[in-house]
Amino acid sequence: MSQSTVPPAEALAASRRRVLVDAAGIAASALGFGFVYGLSAREAGFSPIEAVAMSVIVFGGAAQFAAVGYVASGLAWPGIVLLTGLLNARHLLYSAALAPWLTRVPIVRRAVMAHLLTDEAFALSIGHFRRLGVTDEWGYWIGAIVSTFIPWNLATLAGVLLGGQIPDPARFGIDIIFPSAMIGLAAGLLTGRREVVAAAVGAGVGVVVALSTSPAIGIIAGGLVGPAVGLLVPTRFAAETAPLGSPASADRFLMPGSHVQSPPDDPDTRAGAAP
Amino acid sequence: MSVELIPLAVLMFLVTYPSRALGLLTPWLDRLPRVGFDYLQLVGPAVLASLAAVSVMVATDDAGTPSFHVGIEWVAVLACLAVTAWRRNLLLGLIAAVGIVVIARATGLAALPA
Repeated sequence: MSQSTVPPAEALAASRRRVLVDAAGIAASALGFGFVYGLSAREAGFSPIEAVAMSVIVFGGAAQFAAVGYVASGLAWPGIVLLTGLLNARHLLYSAALAPWLTRVPIVRRAVMAHLLTDEAFALSIGHFRRLGVTDEWGYWIGAIVSTFIPWNLATLAGVLLGGQIPDPARFGIDIIFPSAMIGLAAGLLTGRREVVAAAVGAGVGVVVALSTSPAIGIIAGGLVGPAVGLLVPTRFAAETAPLGSPASADRFLMPGSHVQSPPDDPDTRAGAAP
Repeated sequence: MSVELIPLAVLMFLVTYPSRALGLLTPWLDRLPRVGFDYLQLVGPAVLASLAAVSVMVATDDAGTPSFHVGIEWVAVLACLAVTAWRRNLLLGLIAAVGIVVIARATGLAALPA
Protein backbone atom coordinates (compact mmCIF):
# COMPACT_ATOMS: atom_id res chain seq x y z
CA MET A 1 0.00 0.00 0.00
CA SER A 2 1.39 3.38 -0.89
CA GLN A 3 -0.54 6.24 0.57
CA SER A 4 1.42 8.85 -1.37
CA THR A 5 0.49 7.41 -4.74
CA VAL A 6 -2.13 9.42 -6.59
CA PRO A 7 -4.74 7.15 -8.16
CA PRO A 8 -5.85 7.71 -11.76
CA ALA A 9 -8.57 10.35 -11.91
CA GLU A 10 -11.07 7.97 -13.54
CA ALA A 11 -10.49 5.29 -10.92
CA LEU A 12 -10.83 7.81 -8.13
CA ALA A 13 -14.07 9.19 -9.56
CA ALA A 14 -15.49 5.72 -10.13
CA SER A 15 -14.66 4.57 -6.62
CA ARG A 16 -16.10 7.74 -5.11
CA ARG A 17 -19.31 7.22 -7.07
CA ARG A 18 -19.43 3.71 -5.71
CA VAL A 19 -18.98 5.02 -2.17
CA LEU A 20 -21.86 7.44 -2.70
CA VAL A 21 -24.16 4.73 -4.00
CA ASP A 22 -23.31 2.41 -1.12
CA ALA A 23 -23.59 5.31 1.31
CA ALA A 24 -27.11 6.04 0.07
CA GLY A 25 -28.20 2.50 0.87
CA ILE A 26 -26.59 2.61 4.29
CA ALA A 27 -28.12 6.03 4.97
CA ALA A 28 -31.57 4.63 4.22
CA SER A 29 -30.92 1.82 6.65
CA ALA A 30 -29.58 4.24 9.28
CA LEU A 31 -32.72 6.32 8.89
CA GLY A 32 -34.89 3.27 9.52
CA PHE A 33 -32.95 2.03 12.50
CA GLY A 34 -32.41 5.47 13.96
CA PHE A 35 -36.18 5.90 13.92
CA VAL A 36 -36.71 2.50 15.52
CA TYR A 37 -34.09 3.33 18.14
CA GLY A 38 -35.90 6.58 18.89
CA LEU A 39 -39.17 4.68 19.30
CA SER A 40 -37.55 2.06 21.56
CA ALA A 41 -35.84 4.72 23.65
CA ARG A 42 -39.15 6.50 24.07
CA GLU A 43 -40.76 3.24 25.14
CA ALA A 44 -38.04 2.74 27.76
CA GLY A 45 -38.64 6.21 29.17
CA PHE A 46 -35.81 8.16 27.57
CA SER A 47 -36.53 11.85 27.05
CA PRO A 48 -35.83 13.26 23.57
CA ILE A 49 -32.68 14.97 24.85
CA GLU A 50 -31.42 11.75 26.42
CA ALA A 51 -32.11 9.69 23.30
CA VAL A 52 -30.40 12.20 21.02
CA ALA A 53 -27.49 12.62 23.43
CA MET A 54 -26.92 8.87 23.22
CA SER A 55 -26.88 9.04 19.43
CA VAL A 56 -24.47 11.97 19.32
CA ILE A 57 -22.17 11.08 22.20
CA VAL A 58 -22.09 7.28 22.04
CA PHE A 59 -22.94 6.91 18.33
CA GLY A 60 -23.08 3.13 18.42
CA GLY A 61 -26.29 1.54 17.19
CA ALA A 62 -26.09 -1.87 18.85
CA ALA A 63 -24.80 -0.43 22.11
CA GLN A 64 -27.55 2.16 22.12
CA PHE A 65 -30.26 -0.43 21.47
CA ALA A 66 -28.73 -2.54 24.20
CA ALA A 67 -28.65 0.43 26.57
CA VAL A 68 -32.38 0.83 26.05
CA GLY A 69 -32.82 -2.74 27.23
CA TYR A 70 -30.42 -2.31 30.14
CA VAL A 71 -32.16 0.81 31.36
CA ALA A 72 -35.58 -0.80 30.95
CA SER A 73 -34.46 -3.87 32.93
CA GLY A 74 -33.07 -1.73 35.70
CA LEU A 75 -29.43 -2.64 35.22
CA ALA A 76 -27.14 -0.42 37.30
CA TRP A 77 -24.92 2.03 35.43
CA PRO A 78 -21.63 0.20 36.10
CA GLY A 79 -23.13 -2.87 34.45
CA ILE A 80 -24.34 -0.82 31.50
CA VAL A 81 -20.92 0.76 31.08
CA LEU A 82 -19.18 -2.62 31.32
CA LEU A 83 -21.43 -4.20 28.71
CA THR A 84 -21.17 -1.18 26.44
CA GLY A 85 -17.40 -1.38 26.57
CA LEU A 86 -17.49 -5.08 25.73
CA LEU A 87 -20.06 -4.69 22.97
CA ASN A 88 -18.18 -1.84 21.32
CA ALA A 89 -14.78 -3.47 21.74
CA ARG A 90 -15.16 -4.90 18.25
CA HIS A 91 -14.20 -1.45 17.01
CA LEU A 92 -10.65 -2.32 18.07
CA LEU A 93 -10.60 -4.67 15.12
CA TYR A 94 -11.84 -2.02 12.73
CA SER A 95 -9.41 0.62 13.93
CA ALA A 96 -6.53 -1.83 13.74
CA ALA A 97 -7.47 -2.72 10.16
CA LEU A 98 -7.83 0.92 9.09
CA ALA A 99 -4.76 2.25 10.89
CA PRO A 100 -2.21 1.45 8.18
CA TRP A 101 -4.29 3.39 5.65
CA LEU A 102 -4.56 6.49 7.81
CA THR A 103 -1.09 6.94 9.28
CA ARG A 104 -0.48 10.11 7.26
CA VAL A 105 -3.72 11.76 8.30
CA PRO A 106 -3.02 14.43 10.98
CA ILE A 107 -3.64 13.06 14.46
CA VAL A 108 -6.39 15.55 15.29
CA ARG A 109 -8.40 14.41 12.29
CA ARG A 110 -7.72 10.80 13.17
CA ALA A 111 -9.03 11.49 16.67
CA VAL A 112 -12.27 12.79 15.15
CA MET A 113 -12.36 9.87 12.73
CA ALA A 114 -12.21 7.51 15.69
CA HIS A 115 -15.44 8.80 17.21
CA LEU A 116 -17.20 8.28 13.88
CA LEU A 117 -15.86 4.75 13.34
CA THR A 118 -18.80 2.39 12.95
CA ASP A 119 -19.42 -0.91 11.19
CA GLU A 120 -20.68 1.04 8.20
CA ALA A 121 -17.87 3.62 8.09
CA PHE A 122 -15.36 0.81 8.25
CA ALA A 123 -17.09 -1.10 5.48
CA LEU A 124 -17.35 1.85 3.10
CA SER A 125 -13.87 3.24 3.67
CA ILE A 126 -11.89 0.00 3.65
CA GLY A 127 -13.64 -1.01 0.46
CA HIS A 128 -12.86 2.37 -1.11
CA PHE A 129 -9.21 2.29 -0.06
CA ARG A 130 -8.71 -1.25 -1.29
CA ARG A 131 -10.36 -0.57 -4.63
CA LEU A 132 -8.00 2.38 -5.13
CA GLY A 133 -4.97 0.82 -3.49
CA VAL A 134 -4.34 4.16 -1.79
CA THR A 135 -5.91 6.27 0.93
CA ASP A 136 -8.62 8.73 -0.05
CA GLU A 137 -9.77 10.44 3.14
CA TRP A 138 -12.90 11.72 1.38
CA GLY A 139 -14.24 8.18 1.33
CA TYR A 140 -13.98 7.87 5.09
CA TRP A 141 -15.87 11.08 5.79
CA ILE A 142 -18.66 10.14 3.39
CA GLY A 143 -18.96 6.74 5.02
CA ALA A 144 -18.86 8.11 8.54
CA ILE A 145 -20.86 11.32 8.36
CA VAL A 146 -23.11 11.33 5.31
CA SER A 147 -24.14 7.69 5.39
CA THR A 148 -24.47 7.23 9.12
CA PHE A 149 -23.97 10.09 11.59
CA ILE A 150 -26.42 12.56 10.05
CA PRO A 151 -29.25 10.16 9.19
CA TRP A 152 -28.88 8.25 12.47
CA ASN A 153 -29.22 11.39 14.57
CA LEU A 154 -32.03 12.93 12.54
CA ALA A 155 -33.98 9.69 12.64
CA THR A 156 -33.40 9.28 16.38
CA LEU A 157 -34.95 12.67 16.95
CA ALA A 158 -37.88 11.85 14.70
CA GLY A 159 -38.48 8.50 16.40
CA VAL A 160 -38.37 9.79 19.93
CA LEU A 161 -40.64 12.72 19.11
CA LEU A 162 -43.16 10.88 16.94
CA GLY A 163 -43.16 7.85 19.24
CA GLY A 164 -45.12 9.84 21.75
CA GLN A 165 -47.92 10.27 19.22
CA ILE A 166 -48.60 6.52 19.01
CA PRO A 167 -51.56 5.87 21.34
CA ASP A 168 -51.13 2.15 22.11
CA PRO A 169 -47.61 1.04 21.13
CA ALA A 170 -48.10 -2.67 21.96
CA ARG A 171 -51.01 -2.89 19.53
CA PHE A 172 -48.60 -1.85 16.78
CA GLY A 173 -45.92 -4.29 17.87
CA ILE A 174 -43.50 -1.60 18.99
CA ASP A 175 -42.46 -3.73 21.97
CA ILE A 176 -41.18 -6.49 19.70
CA ILE A 177 -38.83 -4.19 17.78
CA PHE A 178 -36.15 -4.21 20.46
CA PRO A 179 -35.61 -7.98 20.86
CA SER A 180 -36.01 -8.45 17.11
CA ALA A 181 -33.40 -5.81 16.38
CA MET A 182 -31.06 -7.45 18.88
CA ILE A 183 -31.35 -10.91 17.34
CA GLY A 184 -31.11 -9.45 13.82
CA LEU A 185 -27.97 -7.55 14.68
CA ALA A 186 -26.56 -10.72 16.23
CA ALA A 187 -27.33 -12.62 13.02
CA GLY A 188 -25.25 -10.08 11.11
CA LEU A 189 -22.27 -10.96 13.29
CA LEU A 190 -22.54 -14.75 12.87
CA THR A 191 -19.60 -15.41 10.60
CA GLY A 192 -18.61 -18.85 11.83
CA ARG A 193 -19.38 -21.64 14.28
CA ARG A 194 -17.66 -19.90 17.17
CA GLU A 195 -20.04 -16.97 16.82
CA VAL A 196 -23.03 -19.32 16.63
CA VAL A 197 -21.91 -21.13 19.79
CA ALA A 198 -21.22 -17.85 21.59
CA ALA A 199 -24.67 -16.53 20.66
CA ALA A 200 -26.50 -19.74 21.61
CA VAL A 201 -24.66 -20.09 24.92
CA GLY A 202 -25.06 -16.38 25.60
CA ALA A 203 -28.81 -16.65 25.08
CA GLY A 204 -29.15 -19.82 27.15
CA VAL A 205 -27.00 -18.65 30.02
CA GLY A 206 -28.69 -15.27 29.93
CA VAL A 207 -32.16 -16.77 30.34
CA VAL A 208 -31.19 -19.31 33.02
CA VAL A 209 -29.31 -16.75 35.10
CA ALA A 210 -32.05 -14.17 34.57
CA LEU A 211 -34.67 -16.59 35.89
CA SER A 212 -32.60 -17.45 38.94
CA THR A 213 -31.43 -13.91 39.72
CA SER A 214 -32.58 -10.96 37.62
CA PRO A 215 -32.74 -10.05 33.91
CA ALA A 216 -29.89 -7.56 34.30
CA ILE A 217 -27.50 -10.12 35.77
CA GLY A 218 -28.59 -12.67 33.19
CA ILE A 219 -27.67 -10.33 30.34
CA ILE A 220 -24.21 -9.75 31.78
CA ALA A 221 -23.66 -13.46 32.41
CA GLY A 222 -24.70 -14.38 28.88
CA GLY A 223 -22.49 -11.70 27.38
CA LEU A 224 -19.44 -12.82 29.30
CA VAL A 225 -19.84 -16.61 29.30
CA GLY A 226 -20.96 -16.98 25.67
CA PRO A 227 -17.68 -15.78 24.14
CA ALA A 228 -15.62 -17.88 26.54
CA VAL A 229 -17.48 -21.02 25.47
CA GLY A 230 -17.27 -19.96 21.82
CA LEU A 231 -13.49 -19.87 22.12
CA LEU A 232 -13.54 -23.55 23.01
CA VAL A 233 -14.54 -24.40 19.43
CA PRO A 234 -11.28 -25.52 17.83
CA THR A 235 -10.03 -23.25 15.06
CA ARG A 236 -10.20 -26.05 12.51
CA PHE A 237 -13.95 -26.40 13.17
CA ALA A 238 -14.66 -22.68 13.40
CA ALA A 239 -15.41 -22.27 9.66
CA GLU A 240 -14.85 -18.53 10.00
CA THR A 241 -15.96 -16.74 6.83
CA ALA A 242 -15.64 -13.07 7.65
CA PRO A 243 -13.56 -12.12 10.70
CA LEU A 244 -14.27 -8.59 11.86
CA GLY A 245 -11.83 -6.11 10.41
CA SER A 246 -11.37 -8.08 7.21
CA PRO A 247 -12.60 -7.14 3.73
CA ALA A 248 -15.10 -10.00 3.91
CA SER A 249 -16.47 -8.42 7.06
CA ALA A 250 -16.71 -5.05 5.31
CA ASP A 251 -18.64 -6.66 2.49
CA ARG A 252 -21.42 -7.67 4.88
CA PHE A 253 -22.37 -4.06 5.49
CA LEU A 254 -22.58 -2.99 1.85
CA MET A 255 -25.65 -3.08 -0.32
CA PRO A 256 -26.69 -6.46 -1.70
CA GLY A 257 -25.01 -7.03 -5.03
CA SER A 258 -21.96 -4.90 -4.31
CA HIS A 259 -18.66 -6.44 -3.36
CA VAL A 260 -15.39 -5.24 -1.96
CA GLN A 261 -12.66 -6.37 -4.32
CA SER A 262 -9.33 -7.32 -2.84
CA PRO A 263 -6.22 -6.97 -4.99
CA PRO A 264 -5.05 -10.50 -5.83
CA ASP A 265 -1.61 -9.87 -4.35
CA ASP A 266 -2.98 -8.32 -1.19
CA PRO A 267 -3.32 -10.87 1.63
CA ASP A 268 -6.37 -10.87 3.81
CA THR A 269 -6.32 -8.04 6.29
CA ARG A 270 -7.03 -9.48 9.67
CA ALA A 271 -6.82 -6.98 12.51
CA GLY A 272 -3.41 -7.04 14.06
CA ALA A 273 -1.85 -8.11 10.80
CA ALA A 274 -3.05 -5.29 8.58
CA PRO A 275 -1.23 -4.41 5.33
CA MET B 1 -37.45 17.15 30.31
CA SER B 2 -35.19 14.56 31.93
CA VAL B 3 -31.44 14.74 31.37
CA GLU B 4 -30.52 12.09 33.93
CA LEU B 5 -29.20 9.67 31.31
CA ILE B 6 -26.79 12.13 29.70
CA PRO B 7 -24.00 11.32 32.19
CA LEU B 8 -24.59 7.67 31.31
CA ALA B 9 -24.09 8.55 27.65
CA VAL B 10 -20.81 10.23 28.56
CA LEU B 11 -19.67 7.14 30.48
CA MET B 12 -20.63 4.94 27.55
CA PHE B 13 -18.59 7.23 25.29
CA LEU B 14 -15.60 6.94 27.63
CA VAL B 15 -15.57 3.15 27.29
CA THR B 16 -16.35 3.20 23.57
CA TYR B 17 -13.93 5.81 22.29
CA PRO B 18 -10.73 3.97 23.31
CA SER B 19 -11.67 0.91 21.28
CA ARG B 20 -12.27 3.12 18.27
CA ALA B 21 -9.17 5.24 18.74
CA LEU B 22 -6.50 2.84 19.96
CA GLY B 23 -5.85 1.35 16.57
CA LEU B 24 -5.85 4.71 14.82
CA LEU B 25 -3.81 6.65 17.38
CA THR B 26 -1.41 4.15 18.91
CA PRO B 27 0.98 1.60 17.46
CA TRP B 28 0.76 -1.11 20.13
CA LEU B 29 -2.52 -2.74 19.16
CA ASP B 30 -0.70 -5.26 17.01
CA ARG B 31 0.71 -6.75 20.21
CA LEU B 32 -2.69 -7.68 21.65
CA PRO B 33 -2.82 -11.50 21.94
CA ARG B 34 -4.80 -13.26 19.25
CA VAL B 35 -7.10 -14.79 21.83
CA GLY B 36 -8.04 -11.26 22.91
CA PHE B 37 -9.18 -10.39 19.39
CA ASP B 38 -11.03 -13.69 19.14
CA TYR B 39 -12.88 -13.07 22.40
CA LEU B 40 -13.84 -9.55 21.31
CA GLN B 41 -15.21 -10.90 18.05
CA LEU B 42 -17.54 -13.21 19.98
CA VAL B 43 -18.81 -10.65 22.47
CA GLY B 44 -21.19 -8.97 20.03
CA PRO B 45 -23.23 -12.06 19.08
CA ALA B 46 -23.31 -13.28 22.70
CA VAL B 47 -24.47 -10.00 24.25
CA LEU B 48 -27.06 -9.32 21.56
CA ALA B 49 -28.45 -12.86 21.67
CA SER B 50 -28.57 -12.72 25.45
CA LEU B 51 -30.49 -9.46 25.33
CA ALA B 52 -32.97 -10.79 22.80
CA ALA B 53 -33.53 -14.07 24.66
CA VAL B 54 -33.98 -12.45 28.05
CA SER B 55 -36.33 -9.85 26.53
CA VAL B 56 -38.75 -12.42 25.13
CA MET B 57 -38.35 -15.33 27.53
CA VAL B 58 -38.19 -13.64 30.92
CA ALA B 59 -41.02 -11.56 32.33
CA THR B 60 -40.97 -9.78 35.65
CA ASP B 61 -43.92 -9.00 37.87
CA ASP B 62 -44.46 -5.78 39.78
CA ALA B 63 -42.20 -7.05 42.55
CA GLY B 64 -39.42 -7.71 40.06
CA THR B 65 -39.63 -11.49 40.34
CA PRO B 66 -38.61 -13.11 37.05
CA SER B 67 -40.66 -15.88 35.43
CA PHE B 68 -40.45 -17.86 32.21
CA HIS B 69 -42.60 -16.40 29.45
CA VAL B 70 -43.91 -18.16 26.36
CA GLY B 71 -45.75 -16.17 23.71
CA ILE B 72 -46.06 -14.93 20.17
CA GLU B 73 -42.91 -12.89 20.77
CA TRP B 74 -40.88 -16.08 20.34
CA VAL B 75 -42.32 -16.63 16.89
CA ALA B 76 -41.76 -13.01 15.92
CA VAL B 77 -38.14 -12.96 17.03
CA LEU B 78 -37.37 -16.27 15.34
CA ALA B 79 -39.02 -15.00 12.16
CA CYS B 80 -36.86 -11.89 12.31
CA LEU B 81 -33.78 -14.05 12.75
CA ALA B 82 -34.72 -16.25 9.79
CA VAL B 83 -35.59 -13.39 7.45
CA THR B 84 -32.50 -11.40 8.39
CA ALA B 85 -30.22 -14.38 7.84
CA TRP B 86 -31.96 -15.29 4.58
CA ARG B 87 -32.21 -11.84 2.98
CA ARG B 88 -29.28 -10.21 4.83
CA ASN B 89 -31.65 -7.37 5.56
CA LEU B 90 -32.55 -6.48 9.12
CA LEU B 91 -35.28 -4.06 8.14
CA LEU B 92 -37.16 -6.87 6.41
CA GLY B 93 -36.70 -9.01 9.48
CA LEU B 94 -38.14 -6.30 11.70
CA ILE B 95 -41.10 -5.83 9.40
CA ALA B 96 -41.80 -9.57 9.55
CA ALA B 97 -41.58 -9.63 13.35
CA VAL B 98 -43.81 -6.62 13.82
CA GLY B 99 -46.29 -7.96 11.26
CA ILE B 100 -46.62 -11.28 13.08
CA VAL B 101 -47.22 -9.63 16.42
CA VAL B 102 -49.68 -7.07 15.07
CA ILE B 103 -51.74 -9.72 13.27
CA ALA B 104 -51.69 -12.12 16.23
CA ARG B 105 -52.79 -9.45 18.66
CA ALA B 106 -55.39 -7.99 16.31
CA THR B 107 -56.99 -11.39 15.72
CA GLY B 108 -56.91 -12.38 19.36
CA LEU B 109 -54.38 -15.17 18.87
CA ALA B 110 -52.08 -13.40 21.30
CA ALA B 111 -52.78 -11.13 24.21
CA LEU B 112 -51.41 -7.65 24.58
CA PRO B 113 -48.51 -7.54 27.05
CA ALA B 114 -49.44 -6.56 30.58
